[in-house]
Amino acid sequence: MSSSAGALAHHFANIHQQRTAARLGMWIFLLTEVMFFGGAIATYCIYRTLHPYVFEAAGRELSKPLGTLNTVVLITSSLTMALSVVAAHSGNRRRLLGWLAATMGLGLVFLGVKAIEWYTEYAHHRVPGLNFTPDELGPTAELFFACYFALTSLHALHMIIGLAVMGVLVRLAYQGRLGPERFIPVEVTGLYWHFVDIVWIFLFPLLYLL
Amino acid sequence: MKMSAIEPRTDYLNAGYSVRSWLLTQDHKRIALLYLLAITCMFFIGGAAAVLFRLDLMTPDADLVQSETYNKLFTMHGVIMVFFFLIPSIPAVLGNFLLPLMIGARDLAFPKLNLLSWYVFIAGGAFTIWAIVHGGVDTGWTFYTPYTSTYSNTHVMSTALGVFIVGFSSILTALNFLVTIHTMRAPGLTWFRLPLFVWTMYATSLVIMLGTPVLSIVIFLVALERGLGFGIFDPALGGDPLLFQHLFWFYSHPAVYIMVLPAMGVISELVTCFARKRVFGYHFIVLASLGIAVLGFLVWGHHMFVSGQSVYAGMVFSILSFLVAVPSAIKVFNWTATLYGGQIGYETPMLYALGFVGLFTIGGLTGLFLATTAVDVHVHDTYFVVAHFHYIMVGGAVMAYLGGIHYWWPKITGRMYPEWWARLSALMIFVGFNLTFFPQFILGYLGMPRRYHVYPEEFQMLNVLSSAGASILGVGYLLPMAYFTWSLWYSPLAGDNPWGATGLEWQTTSPPPTENFPVIPTVVTEPYDYETNSDQTITVRRQGEFAHE
Repeated sequence: MSSSAGALAHHFANIHQQRTAARLGMWIFLLTEVMFFGGAIATYCIYRTLHPYVFEAAGRELSKPLGTLNTVVLITSSLTMALSVVAAHSGNRRRLLGWLAATMGLGLVFLGVKAIEWYTEYAHHRVPGLNFTPDELGPTAELFFACYFALTSLHALHMIIGLAVMGVLVRLAYQGRLGPERFIPVEVTGLYWHFVDIVWIFLFPLLYLL
Repeated sequence: MKMSAIEPRTDYLNAGYSVRSWLLTQDHKRIALLYLLAITCMFFIGGAAAVLFRLDLMTPDADLVQSETYNKLFTMHGVIMVFFFLIPSIPAVLGNFLLPLMIGARDLAFPKLNLLSWYVFIAGGAFTIWAIVHGGVDTGWTFYTPYTSTYSNTHVMSTALGVFIVGFSSILTALNFLVTIHTMRAPGLTWFRLPLFVWTMYATSLVIMLGTPVLSIVIFLVALERGLGFGIFDPALGGDPLLFQHLFWFYSHPAVYIMVLPAMGVISELVTCFARKRVFGYHFIVLASLGIAVLGFLVWGHHMFVSGQSVYAGMVFSILSFLVAVPSAIKVFNWTATLYGGQIGYETPMLYALGFVGLFTIGGLTGLFLATTAVDVHVHDTYFVVAHFHYIMVGGAVMAYLGGIHYWWPKITGRMYPEWWARLSALMIFVGFNLTFFPQFILGYLGMPRRYHVYPEEFQMLNVLSSAGASILGVGYLLPMAYFTWSLWYSPLAGDNPWGATGLEWQTTSPPPTENFPVIPTVVTEPYDYETNSDQTITVRRQGEFAHE
């Protein structure tokens, strides 16, 4: 990740080594992310096993249509992200900017839909620590919503970080500092974005469907 | 002789003198020194807490501090020593300095991330120190819920935030190491030509990458519970406080291996160098490192034998805990076999290495007592446990860290340390350590619980012995501070390879130039080729030393 376009950082022997290092670095980082989300998802799964009926009933309160819509939006954004990487490799700056903008747009749509869902849950007094009011499901429903908000907010935080990084990429692309010589930033951001997508692919069935 | 033929030249130390050239450096060697300063401060803060509660424990009553203060002192000692000293110690200081040198690289793969990791460390430290200054935290370093999430009225949030932040510092360092070892080895440096220190850095980094994020998430969940009222571990909602313990120990048991694997790497280097012999069973030591990294993730339940986890889980964790002793034992046997028939020299680093082997063996074997479920019921949460893990962490990790600092000091600074003083401090640390912690085995076996402020009078004699040992240990730790600082100005120049050691780091100049090697070396031999390398004898260094004295 050198600072000037296409340049080889002083400590690498060649550009191939530099690119391999950057890719491997992102893969290893994603490994830590797997463990990070893994801990939270494991917590949720254990509680779900301990309280299957309450969790199932509480899960039915979430909006399946909005969840499905968001899943489609996010998978589509992975496609546009992959197309951004292709555009970066081939050095087509206009397409790169277009696909990056599309990816960011879809990411923002996802966050917007998520915000609507959160607001609905707030309106129904389902936010733990803020306004949760137990109903006939009993206090354990609060545990479900605690897990739900913890998991979805962590996921949304990762999306926001991804969008911020893409903002930097758009700026670099606009300045002509990305291209066939220097595509690694787009490629590793793509890896990250696909990972965030995959996390949602696990969260959606676990929270909404099961 | 080589020693006198040193002309002024540019090295990483005199490449720039401004504050900016240090605080914004991307040179792994300078970042290692930044870490050295930071963790040394942390070590003395954590040590000061230990001095205070050891003083208090001289008498059965609460004479020096109140019980609340006592709880805060042992928490501060644990948090600082574990997260801000032991975990970063060897990787962030010696690893940062040596890894690129040992594999013939110009720097780590991501120099900016490396610098960032230091700032992240400082930020985490700042939150924790802030918590201490503003009244401290009394939960113990283990942060068990529900006390942490609900009842404690101390600065849990800022301490936990500090620990959360410093986790990212370890992750960045480990990521850098893994990528560097994979992609930046010098031509000819195949995986099985890597020095054992590099292998242990690799294994440690794997443990850091897989374990630390789980600690981060569990701290995040506790913070949600304490800060925002998300009752994730709250039994009233159907949550399970024991789940916290599982997640916590999923990181914090492997964290023991984050501390001791690098120590084993240092010891492998020291033992071969000062036995002047090829290491015995190189491949077995490598596989043992990886075996410890893997098995270390499967034993966390042995911290929870009396917690109410199922008996069957207890049995499985017990068996797995016995298994993890096997690779550790392989290493001890291999070091011993390396010594056999060697030309052993008793320079200070070797004194530390020999001390390590003995103390680590005691620490490891008492670990087997604790892995035995029936014995654990008797000694759980007693001073027996405290003594056991101090034999691993202080007798093991800290001894190896100090041994490593002495061994590579000539490379880091270009100057020798004063051998006589160094041997004295090594001896004091060994004696002081055993006097401090061996009585604690007996105290624990007799039933004195850990973390208690007052105790029955019959335990006083052993407690006084322990505190007396701690005072010797304390002086033993202060001495190196003094003579290392002194040596920066007054010690004789060391030359490039004062120990006649193999390893690429000794082939460059001392201190190394910023780019490490004028020309990247090509590796054609195995590591530890001491038999064919006998022309570089250790007498070179001894002559220098006597000339000085």
